[in-house]
Amino acid sequence: MKSENTLIIEAGRAEKHYWLDLWRYRELFYILSWRDITVRYKQTVIGVLWAILKPFLTMVIFTIIFGRLAKLPSDGNTPYAIMVYAAMIPWQFFSSAISDASSSIVDNAQLISKVYFPRIIVPISSIVTNFIDFLISFVILIILMIYFRFMPSWHMVFLPVFFMIAVLTAAGIGTYITSLNVKYRDFRYIIPFLVQLGLYVSPVGFSSSVIPGKYRLLYSLNPMVGVIDGFRWAILGGKSAIYLPGFLMSLGVMLFFLILGVYTFRKMEKTFADVI
Amino acid sequence: MSDVVIRAEHIGKAYFIGHQSNERYAALRDVIANKTKGICTKLCGRPHHTHKTTEEFWALKDINFEIKQGDRVGIIGRNGAGKSTLLKILSRITEPTSGRISIKGRVASLLEVGTGFHPELTGRENIYLNGAILGMTRQEIKRKFDEIVNFAEVEKFLDTPVKRYSSGMYVRLAFAVAAHLEPEILVVDEVLAVGDTQFQKKCLSRMNEVSREGRTVLFVSHNMAAISSLCQKIIVLKAGKIGFAGDVESGIDHYLDDADHAKGFADLRDKKSKLWKQHNIISKLLSIETLDEIDKRQSSFKMGGCLKIKIQLEVMDDKQDIEVGIFIRDNRESIVGLLLSAAEGFKNMKKGVNSFQIDMPEINLMPGDYNLGIWVASQREVDDAYENAISIDIISGGFDGNYVDYDRFHGYGSLIHSRWKAI
Repeated sequence: MKSENTLIIEAGRAEKHYWLDLWRYRELFYILSWRDITVRYKQTVIGVLWAILKPFLTMVIFTIIFGRLAKLPSDGNTPYAIMVYAAMIPWQFFSSAISDASSSIVDNAQLISKVYFPRIIVPISSIVTNFIDFLISFVILIILMIYFRFMPSWHMVFLPVFFMIAVLTAAGIGTYITSLNVKYRDFRYIIPFLVQLGLYVSPVGFSSSVIPGKYRLLYSLNPMVGVIDGFRWAILGGKSAIYLPGFLMSLGVMLFFLILGVYTFRKMEKTFADVI
Repeated sequence: MSDVVIRAEHIGKAYFIGHQSNERYAALRDVIANKTKGICTKLCGRPHHTHKTTEEFWALKDINFEIKQGDRVGIIGRNGAGKSTLLKILSRITEPTSGRISIKGRVASLLEVGTGFHPELTGRENIYLNGAILGMTRQEIKRKFDEIVNFAEVEKFLDTPVKRYSSGMYVRLAFAVAAHLEPEILVVDEVLAVGDTQFQKKCLSRMNEVSREGRTVLFVSHNMAAISSLCQKIIVLKAGKIGFAGDVESGIDHYLDDADHAKGFADLRDKKSKLWKQHNIISKLLSIETLDEIDKRQSSFKMGGCLKIKIQLEVMDDKQDIEVGIFIRDNRESIVGLLLSAAEGFKNMKKGVNSFQIDMPEINLMPGDYNLGIWVASQREVDDAYENAISIDIISGGFDGNYVDYDRFHGYGSLIHSRWKAI
């Protein structure tokens, strides 16, 4: 047994091993994600059906309200339904990831007060869990494309990149909200409202090209604007152009939240076991 | 090279207790309200009150100890003495506020049986989940899977969700996973308090096995019997500080000497009588007290030692014949013995408040926790009765000078003296 490392426990010392520990505990990360996925789909029919219905119905309603009634323009000649659905996929992922992450620490209070592991595993694994729903709704997109006889372009190969951006955005905002939620336990009442608001503030039901040019940079302060524009660009092909300064702005805001989220989380997590 | 595996220097842990609310977490509305109040007082220029709403509480203060490779150390102390906090710091669940600990080797802590078990998942799935939570790798779990299943005796139900398990099966499975951890240092909280006697024995023998393999074990318990059979060293925590550190025998003595004096006494007038007759009450119990051989109030007694019970009761009428009975119940609620005033021919009760004392010179109860119940009757009719008037615990000690490991007979009621001879 030569692997004996001396571990030092001291106030404020945990920092040094943190990222190493994160690697050491990667199996716990897999298994927690696996647990959440298994539990969610144990009642298979309802789990899968819900993953299909929620984004699909919202898409139908948005298409009717924004496309038919408000007569907002689509990107190029793309069917409005596909344009909405292309944004609905990342939005759905983002919003459920955020709400799952925000309650994850409180839901796993039992674990946190009894076992040590890098706490950030908990919200991150609850974000990753939503990947399955993402895949399911992607299948629906393919069916929609076949229905509308819509040919995707080669831009599709960049989709994983934009998905990664979506994951990082969710991780940043998610960890930030998670720490607030542990500290201020009544914060959870605000989260559904924020998510609801985000759906209308983000260009889900409409194309971001309807935003007047001079406001677009400002509009891109919402990091989901960049993600959604990216998804539309990749899925709809050239018909939906990316507004580059806005995209970079969204990326910047995403990075800001990622750093803020991880930093806040790291600062607060030491006290999680005491306050939970 | 020293073989010290854990060295703790000046460990302290402070908690901040809010006096305003009982909640341990803040509410956003309170923060906003307080901020607004702050702004208001500033604007209005009112002198602001400097009343403190939070108070520092040191759960642990200046703890120093060293634990060597292969040591089996028991940590005892009253509730709130800081045992759990110390374990939480050692297992890195919470950070110390001050001080420093260096630990050599992998630590596995078992603060609860079945942490993270998910009711929807099957037994098989939960073994992997719980194993990972306790810090085992998948390879390790795979290697020990059969052993775990054998230990838990749940082969048939491996693919059944654990929500359908009986509570016994659940605990067995949970402990089986924990029992197959192979850390260099094992930290165990009062997990043995769960389950039946059979199960507790299994756990204890497994822990003995673990420590024989040369691992270091830290064990917190209220069960002196378990501590004295498992540990070679003891740390007594007292109000966040180390009260004693050293060998088990003196440690337990120290702990008992230091017993809370409120223990060993029960004012029965505060309790609800089980049999309060509506009328014609002749006698009424007032208090019961348990004392050791030097007449000190005590709630823990050594087997073979002396137990004295002091009783106060009030008699309203002169010419009634009063009888008192004390029954002893073990923690499985079965009565293991009875003390009877009539059997000893004790009749000296007069009108007014009576005090009397019962001596049991040699306690022959087996180690364990017991409840004393008491009743008083006049003219063969019970006037006043308490099912659980006071509780005591018996710990093993020298009995008759013959050394027998009485801890093995936890839950066996009492030892009946008998003469043995060859014929």
